[in-house]
Amino acid sequence: MQFWATVFLDGLTYASYLFIVSLGLTIIFGVMKILNVAHGSFYAWGAYTAAFAIGIITDNDLPEALFFPAILLSAILVGIVLGYIIERFILRKMYNQDIHLIVLATFGVFLIFEDLIIITFGVDPYLPYQPAMMLGWVDIVGLNRGVYQLTLILLASVVAFSCWYGLTKTKWGKLLQSVIYDREISEAMGINVTKVYVVTFIGGAILGALGGAYVAPTTSVSPGFAIDLVVLSFAVVVIGGMGSIPGALIGSLIVGLLRAFAVHQAPILELFVVFAVMAIVLIIRPEGLFAPPKARKI
Amino acid sequence: MFTGIFKDTSVRVLIVFMISLCFISSFILPDWMQNNFMYGLSRGLAILGLMLLWRTNLVSFGHALYYGFGAYAVALCQKYFGITDILLRFTIAVAAAGILGFFLGFILRKYREIFFAMLSLAFSMVLYGLLAKAEFLGSTDGMSISPSTLFGLELTRQYLFFLITFFVICAAVSIQAYLRSTLGHLTTAIQDNEIRVEFLGFSVQKAIHIKYVISACLAGGAGGLMAASLGQVDPDSMVNWNVSGELVFITIMSGSGNILAPFIGAIIFEFIRTYAFEWAPQAWAAIVGGTLLTIIFFFPGGIWSIIEKVFNYGKKKDVK
Amino acid sequence: MSSNIVLKASKLNKSFSGIVAAKNINVSINQGEIVGIIGANGAGKTVFVNMITGYLKPTSGKIEFLGTDITGIEPREATHIGLCRSFQISQVFMTMTVKQNLMIAMSLAKKSGKQLLDPIDDDEISKECDSILELYKIKDQKDNIVSTLSQGIRKLLDIAMAVVGNPKVILLDEPTSGVSVEEKFGIMDIVIAALKQTETSVLFVEHDMEIVERYVDRVMAFYQGEIICDAPPKEALSDKKVIEYVLGH
Repeated sequence: MQFWATVFLDGLTYASYLFIVSLGLTIIFGVMKILNVAHGSFYAWGAYTAAFAIGIITDNDLPEALFFPAILLSAILVGIVLGYIIERFILRKMYNQDIHLIVLATFGVFLIFEDLIIITFGVDPYLPYQPAMMLGWVDIVGLNRGVYQLTLILLASVVAFSCWYGLTKTKWGKLLQSVIYDREISEAMGINVTKVYVVTFIGGAILGALGGAYVAPTTSVSPGFAIDLVVLSFAVVVIGGMGSIPGALIGSLIVGLLRAFAVHQAPILELFVVFAVMAIVLIIRPEGLFAPPKARKI
Repeated sequence: MFTGIFKDTSVRVLIVFMISLCFISSFILPDWMQNNFMYGLSRGLAILGLMLLWRTNLVSFGHALYYGFGAYAVALCQKYFGITDILLRFTIAVAAAGILGFFLGFILRKYREIFFAMLSLAFSMVLYGLLAKAEFLGSTDGMSISPSTLFGLELTRQYLFFLITFFVICAAVSIQAYLRSTLGHLTTAIQDNEIRVEFLGFSVQKAIHIKYVISACLAGGAGGLMAASLGQVDPDSMVNWNVSGELVFITIMSGSGNILAPFIGAIIFEFIRTYAFEWAPQAWAAIVGGTLLTIIFFFPGGIWSIIEKVFNYGKKKDVK
Repeated sequence: MSSNIVLKASKLNKSFSGIVAAKNINVSINQGEIVGIIGANGAGKTVFVNMITGYLKPTSGKIEFLGTDITGIEPREATHIGLCRSFQISQVFMTMTVKQNLMIAMSLAKKSGKQLLDPIDDDEISKECDSILELYKIKDQKDNIVSTLSQGIRKLLDIAMAVVGNPKVILLDEPTSGVSVEEKFGIMDIVIAALKQTETSVLFVEHDMEIVERYVDRVMAFYQGEIICDAPPKEALSDKKVIEYVLGH
């Protein structure tokens, strides 16, 4: 029983930050039809910026309550700045190009930003554990877990809800859905698709950065931090369905729980199992478990 | 299949290039450069394989699967069978990768574009996951490989280089023979109009499958030769997704215009790497990223298109 | 005209989730016959062509070609046994020259197995291609890239590629659609003359009744998935049902 509780709790925690990150990735794909490898950069930069900010707060003995706004602001800052730069100077020039080249371009951007991290933040790892320490520990079903990790789950839920609400109940959300469904028709209806693209990309970037920023206090932030996550978020998005938000949710849960199970039961299978599922989904149902509606042309 | 192949201009240029390279490297240029040539030629085989797929608008984001599989096949054959002969090693690497490619090909041949790319990535990460955690294969530390032999005799690095060049020539000439054949022309035909190819009587999936196996063999051979040259295999430098990314990067950088392009591109890559590590070791990733973007934006035909322009080379009635 | 049946469809039916696209189709085509297939859009003409050539599998019924049951075969198998088709929207290789297009078609038709690994530049095949290009009057264009050429030339190329294997039966799907009025008759003259030379049976889907009248021995009229009339042109075009359901609207 304890084993399953552990798997469930850890899986859920893991799924939470996977979800926040993958959500951004899948929305970007759904709207812009781009598989953005540079999403890993948002994650890494979000984590580093948050770690840096937490460091400043700690070093200057500023009130601990500032931790959470700092994390949030880091994410927003990174999302806006990096997101804008990448969209404006790289992606905008490539929208009509072969999708492979676009993916490769985002891979190039990812590599550049990886090195920029070293230049900006150095090679030594950051350990911004203070926010996690601040919240302490709690006992759940006999397991001792940090409260901070549990708030991660809460954050993911909030993000999921806001997303659902935003997409279905607001005007902006409906615009987004329209562009996801068919870009050309949306344009013909007068929607400023370029603007939608920019906002979407930055929004997705903020989510990616948020995942990194919020996870930073639970781990050590060092160069190469994002490399594993990039492929894992790809796996999530593929399993759930590229462009589908419920898909990102289900995909994260599947990957998170699978990984937690593997880690606790058969560590040798940890990575293998996730990608095996990704391969199986691609073979059986390439569009993913929850593919968004596609207009049938012809 | 090979009739008159040595009259083909591309083949002639390639052979002249390779022989000159051997000569210059052995007698004129400093010793350390020979390593770059060796690694460049070895890796170039994998790039040649990716180039074949690229010509049908298929990009494999997981070709490190075969590259690493070939390398590990060599390592395992040494560990369990004591095989060190270079001819055997090369054959084993090529065959192992080819067999794997044959079976996975049945699945992959049904997919196109992003699904093909993602599925190939997934397969390669499955192997990575297995290798990274497998204790008996050295996990992330990998395995070491002792120097190769030839018919029982010790093989010096100099002669290893010659042999690698020989293997490369054999492979490249075979590929050129393939490209100028009807089956090879189906490559571009499929990219142009799949439906028509089916109605002309040939199975598109079968054509893609054949091509996929060829590219797997090439990547496997590359991995095997690299393993023999480096003396070491490990998952992070041979199977992980950024290795696949690197291979695709070199493919785009090289251009797909000619069988010589992959080797020139791969050699240039080795030199860039050497110099980058000397002058700005932390900036390696940025250099790769920057070069990738430069190529995509300014030289989409890759280095080969630049060479063509400079030498006005492409203007032949030859098969491209 | 000999009366050996080359193609026979019996009780062909096709439905797509409840929508009936073909109902009880029975057809016999003799060697060398030229048959026009007419009908309003959605009447089932293309579905019929697609079933015969393997692109669609019938829900029920049988298709026989030269006496062999070919129901449910793949398009590439149909091509090999001598049952070919052309397309409403020319399916050609846009990035290659006219000659290259035909070389690929001819090579695939004449070679098999290991021969496919031989160089594509083969003198014999090249000569055969040249003669087909001559026959279809597109020899002048042979070194031009197809994407730069007019619809008419592409159509002729499309058909030429379909006949490289000397098929016994060829189905032409709207051979003159998308082609300018001036070119229409020119193209049909060339095509029908070429096909008559080889005694190939021709079925073609056509909307232009002038063309139908001029070239066919026989007309099959479709309506709502059924064949409502199968008769020589004069008869068919004055048939009451044909006038109402096909012509008169």
